[in-house]
Amino acid sequence: MGPLSGTLAKFRGRTKESKLLIAMAVPAFAVYSFLYLYPAIQNLAYSFERWDGVTKPEFVGLHNFTYLATNDDLFRKIVGNNIRFTLLVVIFQTAFSLLFATFLLKNTKTTIFLRVIYFFPTILSSVSVGLIWTFLYNPNFGFLNASLKAIGLDNFALNWLGDTKYSLYAIAVTQVWFHTGQMVIIYVAGLQQIPADLYEAAEVDGATRWQQFKNITWPMALPTTAVVVAYTTIQSFRAFDLVYSMTQGGPLNSSDLIVTSIYNTAFSSFKYGYASAQSIVLIVVVLLVTWLQRRTLRIDYGVK
Amino acid sequence: MMLYKATKNILLTAFALAVIVPSSIVVLGSFKKDVEIYTKPLALPKSWSLENFRNLIHTGNVFTPFKNSVIVAVFSVFFTLLFASLAAYAISRMTTVTGRFLFILFSLGLAIPGQVNIIPIYHLFVKLHLTNSLLGLILVNIALTLPISIFILTSFFKDIPKEMYEVAGIDGAGHLRIYRSIALPLSRPAMGATGIFLFVICWNDLLYPLMLITQLDKKTLPLTLIDFRGEFATSYSMLFTAIMVASVPMVVMYIAMQRSFVAGLTAGAVKG
Repeated sequence: MGPLSGTLAKFRGRTKESKLLIAMAVPAFAVYSFLYLYPAIQNLAYSFERWDGVTKPEFVGLHNFTYLATNDDLFRKIVGNNIRFTLLVVIFQTAFSLLFATFLLKNTKTTIFLRVIYFFPTILSSVSVGLIWTFLYNPNFGFLNASLKAIGLDNFALNWLGDTKYSLYAIAVTQVWFHTGQMVIIYVAGLQQIPADLYEAAEVDGATRWQQFKNITWPMALPTTAVVVAYTTIQSFRAFDLVYSMTQGGPLNSSDLIVTSIYNTAFSSFKYGYASAQSIVLIVVVLLVTWLQRRTLRIDYGVK
Repeated sequence: MMLYKATKNILLTAFALAVIVPSSIVVLGSFKKDVEIYTKPLALPKSWSLENFRNLIHTGNVFTPFKNSVIVAVFSVFFTLLFASLAAYAISRMTTVTGRFLFILFSLGLAIPGQVNIIPIYHLFVKLHLTNSLLGLILVNIALTLPISIFILTSFFKDIPKEMYEVAGIDGAGHLRIYRSIALPLSRPAMGATGIFLFVICWNDLLYPLMLITQLDKKTLPLTLIDFRGEFATSYSMLFTAIMVASVPMVVMYIAMQRSFVAGLTAGAVKG
């Protein structure tokens, strides 16, 4: 048992993995390959076909994609909706959660209580949230309009979900309400990592609250902001449940998003190939946006 | 300073109310008749009548979905945690390039949103007779949540000091025993948090059940709630009661295990 045999053993270990370890990874590998990777590849294949689910699929090359890009005004509108929805949700959810996190940074009874309250919507199902807000938004007896009328703002009592001008924004508000609390918790965890003496030093120098925020909190919280923004972006591009339970994309597709469009194209219009092409577009958009965000935020780290 | 404090308190109270008021409308509404909900949504019910709950049970359509949701969520979470922890342990202990390869392969699942697989999964499941089947939903849930679970658990297992494994290895313990008697017990907090995260996802999922389930006796709670919208176009009292029933397990878990709950749901966000 010299040093050589030790090296040999190590070498052998490096070329040949323990069979038992490989066996342990097999169940996960099998389910994942068969029900995640294989469908994902199949999905790509579908996107080059025309298929109604009944007759034989017909290979049409890039036709679905060129049609999506050049001829489909509705899909262009839907992608536009989704981008607007994502922008609004990302901006407001991030701003609110950062603001609330700075307020709720210290661990006192009140702040912990408020964090628990704020987090509460996160545990509800999106369908419940969608249906609760459908009631709040109801134009005739909804709580929102009743409150507006009660304080004399009758002109602002609108048909929130039933008007093409407001439906998308109304759903965006619900989305922000739904997930801000979760982001507050992430921000609180991030902000609590900032050394307290930075603030003490700033206070000694007579820095105002705004200056402290601008020069300490914001730059130090950038990594957390990157997480919050990335997560919110992906979540907003994947959004389906709220739209489906509140407006089903209406009126006149004014609140349709990409996933609702994929669902309807496939299961209402039975254009499976075309729906698959839309889902490929979704993957590309999500990857592109997250890549851009990573780049910008990394540049920000560099400067700071 | 005064202005700052006042603004801060107003904003904090406003958002707290934004959460409390709708929640109260639902809780109070489940004891009210429709008219009372429309006219005085925030008032206490005239009488705390359990009639809505009784009606819900009588019309029948809520016990079965509740049971289905429990079955789907419990089995999905159990098998995801089992498969993910076995794979994560294996990946964290592998010394060759295989481990790296497996990790990257599973991480691919984080880049592809699960929603894009609805069409191939649908056709695959029609072929395999897994539509209108709880087993089908469980299989989909496992496949969809494996990547994030493996991602979280692998990083956890990698943080366990090598010495802890080596001590066991010298005693001649095989990987299965090390996994069972060292890795698993040490990872209980991580497994608990991940489990809650997965439970919430499975309990609340709408898209896959919507696509795969049409039979009444196989529906899960979110599907049933959606049906209430159509069936009882104006009956918010029944809808709110059903929402109460659907949310109770989550609320109870939230109150009982608040720390792991918050940890789980935020870990899922940060790592995902």
